[in-house]
Amino acid sequence: MHKPAPIIKARNLTKKYATLKAVDDVNFQIEPGTCYGFLGPNGAGKTTVMRMIYCVTPLTSGVLEVNGENVMENMSAVKRGIGVVTQDDSLDYDLNVINNLLVYARYYDLTRDQAVRRANELIEFFQLSEKRNENVRTLSGGMKRRLQIARALINKPSILILDEPSTGLDPQARHHVWAKCHELIEQGVTLLLTTHYMDEAEQLCDKIAVMDRGKIISEASPWDLIKSEVSPYVVEIRGEKQAREKILAAVADQIDFHESLSDRLLLYTPDATPLHAQIQDMKIPVKTLLSRRSSLEDVFLKLTGRELID
Amino acid sequence: MRTKAPKVRLKAALRVWQRNATVYKRTWKLNILPNFFEPFLYLLGMGLGLGAYITEMEGLPYINFIAPGLLISSIMWGATLETTYNVFVKMNFDRIYDGILSTPVNPKDLALGELLWGATRGTIYGGAFLSILFVFGMGLHWGILFIFPLIFIIGFMFATIGLLFTSVIKEIELFNYFFTLFLTPLFLFSGIFFPMSQLPQAVQIIAWFTPLYHGVELSRGIFNQIWNVDLLQHFAWIIVVTILNTSIVLRAIHKRLYS
Repeated sequence: MHKPAPIIKARNLTKKYATLKAVDDVNFQIEPGTCYGFLGPNGAGKTTVMRMIYCVTPLTSGVLEVNGENVMENMSAVKRGIGVVTQDDSLDYDLNVINNLLVYARYYDLTRDQAVRRANELIEFFQLSEKRNENVRTLSGGMKRRLQIARALINKPSILILDEPSTGLDPQARHHVWAKCHELIEQGVTLLLTTHYMDEAEQLCDKIAVMDRGKIISEASPWDLIKSEVSPYVVEIRGEKQAREKILAAVADQIDFHESLSDRLLLYTPDATPLHAQIQDMKIPVKTLLSRRSSLEDVFLKLTGRELID
Repeated sequence: MRTKAPKVRLKAALRVWQRNATVYKRTWKLNILPNFFEPFLYLLGMGLGLGAYITEMEGLPYINFIAPGLLISSIMWGATLETTYNVFVKMNFDRIYDGILSTPVNPKDLALGELLWGATRGTIYGGAFLSILFVFGMGLHWGILFIFPLIFIIGFMFATIGLLFTSVIKEIELFNYFFTLFLTPLFLFSGIFFPMSQLPQAVQIIAWFTPLYHGVELSRGIFNQIWNVDLLQHFAWIIVVTILNTSIVLRAIHKRLYS
């Protein structure tokens, strides 16, 4: 099948600050109409990659192309095609809800008519109609985030960048934001997000790059990451350390690998049912014994949480 | 990797100016009133109070001597307040520039927009002051037409000076130094209240290198219709410094906001 040309292309992308390599020789390509996630602990370099894409941070070296334009050569053209939702809310608190959208539309040179029409659509889509003339200060956290996403979409960008879109939101608000993201992907918008929430990445992303200390240490779809970095299933055991060790010794040759954490034992296996039954039959008293599908969290901890691994 | 910063664009700068105007439109009625009281109080206190003792200065009634200079100082305060405290808050606390810079507006455009807005605020201060002077019967002659463009240009010059300081500082408290150790001495020693010729030669030389002095001299010449070639020299000084400072400050803001 013919593959569409990537909408974002990064080759040997590097950002050095005085004493720190924030992004260290990173390569990736993002296909249009997909959702691509950067996953990693704080300080991994995710936000710096985003900032280079939307042209507020210059590259130290490497090449970065967005929509076919070099970010170091044609900043305004690149930014015209991108909507940005920053991590800290950057709404204009001197303006009310509707003016946040209308004033923002002017930065993209939309005419007054275009701006009003688009702002009304977005207010509707993000369910902010009741707050239309309210000061931004009076909005809840979820509403502020929605307004920020609405504002980022004012110029109908082909790429939407979301830097930790659901950090600090309550569960309802998070799901609302995710639902809107899904609708945008359906409309053909390319989504680019950073997160340190595994469920968010699993929910939204077609492809994930796991970042740690400025490097991409793994890149694949969520399910492929789970399959390649950990095994599909985990048997999780909580209980006395002695009991856990006994079980581990008995099944060690039947599992792919294990992680011994301070409070529990994780056994990674291609098929949990027989292993689970076997452990039950051993009649060793444990607090809990459960089997589950592996999650991105397991991948994440394995790849970046070295100090937790035996 | 060094590439050239994109060229500043007036159209994008005007978008930033418009944003500030939209915000100002909401509160201007509250904001503008003090601008009328201030000159009124100055003229009352200085002109009538002090003027009772000093009847003449360099051949002019004392109130006519000080009023043109006070007008220029009001532009200075208005323009610099805008490009110091207000810009600092937008840049560092309210994160408004984070939002603006992720649109096609680039740092230099943003800086020019703020300079134009600072000049506009200076013009509003100056305009209010001027209207009170007219009420007092000063400057009612055709030559006064020169003062209108001059008010905006001087506002722009002081906007660049304020923004340059803002582009280098990291703590808002440092503005106290700017206002107390730079603007206040300018206010007192730029020939607004007494002729520069009274001061030692060294101070006069220093004053030549400072911005307010040239504005005060120009304004006094225009108001009292003392047309001479010195006025051109003062005007040239202001234009050259404004152009130089603009190019420096656009670069400084680019460096600060694109890193």
